[in-house]
Amino acid sequence: MSHPSSLHWLRRRKLKEGIFRVLMAASVLVVIGCLALIMGTIIWKGLPAMNLSMITQTPKGGYYLGREGGILNAIVGSLYLASGATVLAILFSLPVVLYINVYAQKRSRLASLTRFSLDVLWGIPSIVYGAFGFIIMIFFGLRSSLLAGILAVGLLEFPIMSRAADEVIRMVPNELLEASYSLGATRLETALKVVVRQCLPGLLTAVLIAFGRGIGDAASVLFTAGFTDRIPTSLFQPAATLPLAIFFQLGTPFPEVQQRAYASAAILTVLILVISLLARGLGKRYTRHIIK
Amino acid sequence: MRILKDRLAKRTMLVLTAVPTFLVLLILIGLFIRARPILAQKPFFSLFFSSAWSPLKGDFGLLPFIMGTLWVTFVSLVLAVPISLLTAVYLSEYAPLSVREFTKPIIDLLAGLPSVIYGVWGVLLVVPLVGRVIAPLFGVTSSGYTILAGGIVLAIMIFPTIISVSLEVFSSIPYPMREASLSLGATKWETVHHVVLKKGLQGIIAAIVLGLSRAFGETMAVLMVVGNIPRLPGSVFDGGYPLPALIANNYGEMMSVPLYDAALMLAAAVLLLVVLFFNVLARLILVRVERRAA
Repeated sequence: MSHPSSLHWLRRRKLKEGIFRVLMAASVLVVIGCLALIMGTIIWKGLPAMNLSMITQTPKGGYYLGREGGILNAIVGSLYLASGATVLAILFSLPVVLYINVYAQKRSRLASLTRFSLDVLWGIPSIVYGAFGFIIMIFFGLRSSLLAGILAVGLLEFPIMSRAADEVIRMVPNELLEASYSLGATRLETALKVVVRQCLPGLLTAVLIAFGRGIGDAASVLFTAGFTDRIPTSLFQPAATLPLAIFFQLGTPFPEVQQRAYASAAILTVLILVISLLARGLGKRYTRHIIK
Repeated sequence: MRILKDRLAKRTMLVLTAVPTFLVLLILIGLFIRARPILAQKPFFSLFFSSAWSPLKGDFGLLPFIMGTLWVTFVSLVLAVPISLLTAVYLSEYAPLSVREFTKPIIDLLAGLPSVIYGVWGVLLVVPLVGRVIAPLFGVTSSGYTILAGGIVLAIMIFPTIISVSLEVFSSIPYPMREASLSLGATKWETVHHVVLKKGLQGIIAAIVLGLSRAFGETMAVLMVVGNIPRLPGSVFDGGYPLPALIANNYGEMMSVPLYDAALMLAAAVLLLVVLFFNVLARLILVRVERRAA
């Protein structure tokens, strides 16, 4: 290959390779940089405004004008709401996932249709879940309350949890099921005592992923959970949530209150970080096949 | 007794398994029932192709909001698609295992951050950036609360969707195909271009469509940075008012103005229909891609 033009050609191909390598490396850096920038900004802005009363007190009179108080109402409200929604989502998604993996054939039409529907449900924006929750609320004559919020967020969490759990349970080898059947166990016993136990870490991860999504979602609770300065004591009272507290505080014209919005955002970010670290730690072995 | 229990459980579970499929329909029907009053009273044209929006006078032209959504989504795709695809190619074809292991949790975390956090960050950083740096660069004065700011924040939010789905698609392409290309003397990039991208084209489209539908329905983050001006946007430096923001901003007063709630539910129904269309499309493509790989 001593021909000069072919050498030139080869060089151009090498150059192209190089250019794209640089572009790709730059893109990866942009993606990583964005996360670092977001976390950095939130923590950097939030930490100075943070103090103990933020997380130990409910808003006192005039809190949104810059007076005393904290956002304990929103923290507790969010925990209540996300816990309730997660329990609701478990009640629906565990049977569905067990059915399509143990009772139905893994590759049956019913199973694919259900997976397909779950994927589509996953894609529905949370504001639509909020609007739908609102319709249900009116239909049953409820006011905006913890219960209505739990319903809307539960619906939102349901496909997330189901798909994550499905990815784990799908990996259970058929031989394990057959071994259990051959010992005389029914399918229900196999499902609950073999499959669930085998997948427990992965299932916990699925639950935590859904919980994290539930605690951070604002658009679905906007219509349904209402907002209040008090900590709810029953399912029928409205409940404040952390994302909405951030949103409302940021919306006030007072810099002191906006500072608190940053602090609240930092609290929420740390919460999400802890939840996702827990999820990762628990399901390390089982989440290899989950990308989303 | 045990068999009875098993039968009972089977029945219950079967019923519950029908839930996901029917839930989609139920939501759609519910929204349309609530939106019916306005569909019955206003001509179709004045709802979707008019930009007159004043609920108190009974004008419910959704056009500015539909255009607002389209603009923001478009900007976010323009920004997100090249970056996400290059990242996905790098992670699947070039990156050593350690980099891949390092990046995966980062992408997961980006996907898991609440939209309010993106919103706060957008207000703190992206809005001033657009208002003080980017807009003057183009000789425009702007508050920063613009379509562009919304698009930038949204782009980051849809990175994870496009990257993860593309990674799945790339990993379904059999390895020997790449080896064949390399053994013919193609450079790594040429292999990516002619084998990976070509073979994965359908899947890539699906990934982009999923990102698009995610962007379409995103509410809080966009609402916080986009300005919320109910006018037809003329450039990326104008404020916009996307559909989800419209719904979220007015839930408080909608019950006190006649037809207002129906208009908002109609907006939600439109949103859902569009997102459903894109989602079903993308999922159908992905199912085909997956089947081919299996």
